[in-house]
Amino acid sequence: MMRRRTLADREDVLGVALLAPALGYVILLVGVPFVLAIALSFSNATAGSLRFGWAGLRNYAAILADPVFLRALRNSAVVTVGSQVLVVVLATAAAQVFRATFRGKRLARLVLLLPWAVPVSLAAIAWTWIFDSTFSVINWTLKAAGLLHGWLYWLGEPALALVAIIIVQAWRILPFATVIVLAGLSSIPQEIVEAAIVDGAGFWRRLFQIELPLLLPVVTVAVLFGVVYTATDLGVVYILTGGGPANTTHVLPTLAFQRGILGADLGQGAAIAVFLLPFLVVVAVTMLRLARRAEVGAR
Amino acid sequence: MTRRDLRRALKRTGLYAAALGFMLFAGFPFYWMLITAFKQNRDLYVGASDLSHVPWIFNDPPTLEHVRLLFGQTDFPRWVLNTLVVVVAVVAITVAVAVPAGYSLARLAGRWGERMGMGIFFTYLIPPTLLFVPFSRLISLLGLQNSLGSLILIYPTMTIPFCTWLVMGFLRSVPWEIEEQAMIDGYSRLAVILRVAPRLIVPGILTVIVFTFTLVMQEFVYALTFISSVEKMTVSLGVPIALVRGDVYHWGALMAAALFTSIPLAVVYNLFIDRFIQGFTMGAVKG
Amino acid sequence: MAGVEIRNLRKHFAELHAVDGVDLSIRDGEFLVLLGSSGSGKTTLLRMIAGLERPTSGEIHIGGERVDGDVPPRARGIAMVFQSYALYPHRTVFQNIAFPLEAVRTPRQQIEEKVRWAAEMFSISRYLDRYPRQLSGGERQRVALCRALVRDPKVFLLDEPLANLDAKLRNTARDDLKRLQRRIQTTTVYVTHDQVEAMGLGDRIVVMERGKVRQVGTPQDVYEDPVDTFVATFVGQPPMNLLDLRDPSLPPGTLLGFRPEHFLPRSGFGPGEDVRGFRFSVRRVEYLGSDRYVYGSVSESDTPDATVIAKLPGTIALAIPEGETHEFAVPRRALRYFDAATGLRRRL
Repeated sequence: MMRRRTLADREDVLGVALLAPALGYVILLVGVPFVLAIALSFSNATAGSLRFGWAGLRNYAAILADPVFLRALRNSAVVTVGSQVLVVVLATAAAQVFRATFRGKRLARLVLLLPWAVPVSLAAIAWTWIFDSTFSVINWTLKAAGLLHGWLYWLGEPALALVAIIIVQAWRILPFATVIVLAGLSSIPQEIVEAAIVDGAGFWRRLFQIELPLLLPVVTVAVLFGVVYTATDLGVVYILTGGGPANTTHVLPTLAFQRGILGADLGQGAAIAVFLLPFLVVVAVTMLRLARRAEVGAR
Repeated sequence: MTRRDLRRALKRTGLYAAALGFMLFAGFPFYWMLITAFKQNRDLYVGASDLSHVPWIFNDPPTLEHVRLLFGQTDFPRWVLNTLVVVVAVVAITVAVAVPAGYSLARLAGRWGERMGMGIFFTYLIPPTLLFVPFSRLISLLGLQNSLGSLILIYPTMTIPFCTWLVMGFLRSVPWEIEEQAMIDGYSRLAVILRVAPRLIVPGILTVIVFTFTLVMQEFVYALTFISSVEKMTVSLGVPIALVRGDVYHWGALMAAALFTSIPLAVVYNLFIDRFIQGFTMGAVKG
Repeated sequence: MAGVEIRNLRKHFAELHAVDGVDLSIRDGEFLVLLGSSGSGKTTLLRMIAGLERPTSGEIHIGGERVDGDVPPRARGIAMVFQSYALYPHRTVFQNIAFPLEAVRTPRQQIEEKVRWAAEMFSISRYLDRYPRQLSGGERQRVALCRALVRDPKVFLLDEPLANLDAKLRNTARDDLKRLQRRIQTTTVYVTHDQVEAMGLGDRIVVMERGKVRQVGTPQDVYEDPVDTFVATFVGQPPMNLLDLRDPSLPPGTLLGFRPEHFLPRSGFGPGEDVRGFRFSVRRVEYLGSDRYVYGSVSESDTPDATVIAKLPGTIALAIPEGETHEFAVPRRALRYFDAATGLRRRL
C-alpha cells in the first residue's frame, strides 16, 4: 500500500500557510490604515482625545477654502512635474553616456549612484548648507564667475525655494532613473541596433526611431516611481524650508504633517494627504497596463 | 589628422565632458560634506560675498575637531546604536515573513500567484505620507509612541511588499526541477521547503537583507512622526533634527555625520544595485 | 517492478488541452518512448505519472495501484531524470546520490555501500567528492542516472536526458542507457523529440501530437506501418513522400506514400520485381557522403510541383544529372495508401 498524501504534501495548504503572515501584515498594517486614512478625513478626530465623530465634508470644505492648501497643492504639482521632466531628459542623456565604455567608468558610476544611497534627510541637510543664505557656495561661484551681481536668497524667496526643491528632487531621483533606463537599453537586442546601423541609420535616427520607442515602457516605469517618490516625499521640503517662508513652499505631505501631527487636527491632516491619491492612482493604473502588455508580449 | 579622426576625438571629448558633468552634479554635495566636515571653523564661516576667500578648498589645514564633537559631545553614537537595533529587528521580521510569502507565490500559488504578487507589490506604492496620520493614532493606542518598538512594528509594512516581490522574481529565475527532483527522491513539499529550498534562495535572502537595511537607514517620515525624544532617535532623524542646537547649526559635525552614514550605504548600494533594479523593472524589461 | 496503466487521462491548462484523453498500457519491464514535438503533451504526461502535475481527469495506476489523486511523488516508487539533470548544486556527487536514500532513513553504512556500488556501475567513482559544477555534461548525466538508480524504483521516468549532450557523446550515452535498462529490467518511460533516439531505444514508441496518442507500436511498426500521414511524415528523415496521383486504379481521394529510400532508379530493380514506375524530373542532388538526397517532382502527380525526395545509398554509383528526367520506381510492397481528407491509412 502506498502512502497517501499528508498535510506536508498539500501544496495548497502550505501555500496559504506561508503566505498568511505577509498577507496579514499587509492587510492589518497597510490596508486597514489606508481605509482609516480616508475615514479620518471625514471625521473631526484630534490627536489629544479618542473622540471620533462624523464631520462629513467639513474638512474638505475647510482646506479647499484655505489658500495655504491650494498653494501646497500647486507646489506639489509643480515640483513633481518639474523634477520629473528634468529627470527624464537627464537620465536618458546619462544612460547614453554610461552605455559607452570609457576610462574611469566604474568610479563615475559609483559617484552617479551616491545620491540614491544617501538617506533623504541627510542629503536635504547637506543641500540646506549649500543653499545657506550667508555661506552659499553656489552664490560664491556665480559671483566669482561674474554671472551674479545681486544676491540669491535660495531658501528665503518662494520662487527660488521651489527651484531649489526641484533641483534637490531631480538630483535625488536621477541615479535611480538612469540605472533603470540603462537596464532598458541593455535589454534591447543588440541585433536590432546592428540591423539599424547596417540599414544606414545614424546616431540620432537610431535614438529617436529605434531606441526611444523601445525604451518607452522602461522610461515610464522610471517616471512612475519618480512621481511616487517626489509627490509623496516629506523630508526634502520639511528640512530645506519647513514650508516657509510664510507657508509659501508647503507641499501636500508637509502641510498634512503640520496640520495633522503638529497641529493635532487628524481629520484635516488626513484630508490633505488624501489629495495624494490621484497621483498614486495614475501610477498604479499605468503600471498595471504595462504589466498586462508585458504579459501579452511574452506569449 | 583626418576629418574622421577629428570627429572621433571630438566625440570622445564630448563623452568625457558629459560624464564629468554628471559626476559633478551627483557628487558635488558629497564633496561639500567632505570638505565641510574637516574644515576649521574660521575657514568655514566666511561669507560667500567675500570673493577673495575660495570656499572650494582647504585654506587652513584640515581638522578633526568636528568629528570629535560629533562622536564625543552629541547623541550620534546613541542614534547609530538605535538604528542598528531597528535594522536587526526589521530584517528579522522581513526575512521571516517575506521569504516564505515569495516562495509561496512563486512555487505553490499556481496561476494566481503572479497577480497576487502584483497586488502585494502595489501596497509598496502607498506612501508613508498617506498613512502617518492613522498610524500616529494607532501607535498611541498601542502605547508605542516615542519608542523604537513603533518603528520595528511599522517599517515592515514597507519592506515586506517589496521583498516578497523580490523573492518571487528571484525564484522565477531558479529552475523548478531541483525541488521537483527532491519530491521524487522521497521528500514531501514541506521537507523540500525546509531542506532544499533555503540553499537555493540564499542570494535572494541576501538581497532582502540589504534592501531592508538601506530602507531602515533612509526612513524619515515615520521616525519623525513617532519619535520625539532625542535619545530614541535614529540616525536619519537625529542628524537633521537634533544636531541643531537652538538656532546654531554645527555644520561641520552635521556634514561629518551625513558623510559617515552615506559611505557604508553607498558601498552596499553599488554591490546590489542590479538586483534592486530587477525588482523595479520586472515586467517592463524582459529577461 | 511494475507496469503502468493510464486511462482516459486529461490535463487542461485553461483553454489549452495539454493531454487530451490518453489511454496507455505500459508493460512491466518495458522501455517505452514518448515521441512528439514540443507542445505535444509528452512531458505533461510524464509529469503526471511522476505526480508533479495533477490530472484534470482520468486514472493512473502504477503496479496495479491507483495513484493519480492522492499519492505524492515521493510515495509512487518512481525515479526521474530531468533534462537539466537537476543535481543539487551545493552537494557533492556522493551527497547527491545519497539524497534519496537519506529521505527513507537508510542506515549510514548501507548508504555508503549502495552509492559506491552504483557509482562503480556508471564509472563515476572518481568524482564522488566533486561538486556538480566541476563535472562535464556527460558526467553530470551519469550522476543523475546513478541517483535515480539507487532508489530501486518501480518505474524510471526520463525527460530528454540526452538532449544536453553533444552529438558524439549522445550515441555512447544511448548505448549505455539501453544496456543498463536491459540489465536491470525496470519499466522505463522515456520522453524525447528526437526520432533517432526513439527508434534506437524504445521497445515500443508512442507518437503524440496535440495531447493525443497517434500511434503505439514497435519502432518497426511505427516506421513501416504508420497509421496516418502525421506519423508517416513525423517519423523518418527525410519524411515519407506523399503524392496525390491522377490514377484511375485508385479510389478517389487517396494519397500514395513511400519512403525516400525505396524510391530508386528503375535500372536497379530486376525485371521480375513488382514495381511502380515514375518519371522523376530532378531539380537538385545533395551529396551527403554515405547517401545522396535527390530532390525533384514526378509528372504523374496531381500537383506536379510537389517536392519528392529520393534517398540513394552510396553504393549506387549511377550518375543523376540535375535538370533531367529519369526513370524511377518504388517496389509495390513499399507503397502505403492514405485518405487525403482524414489522413488515415487505407488498406487497398
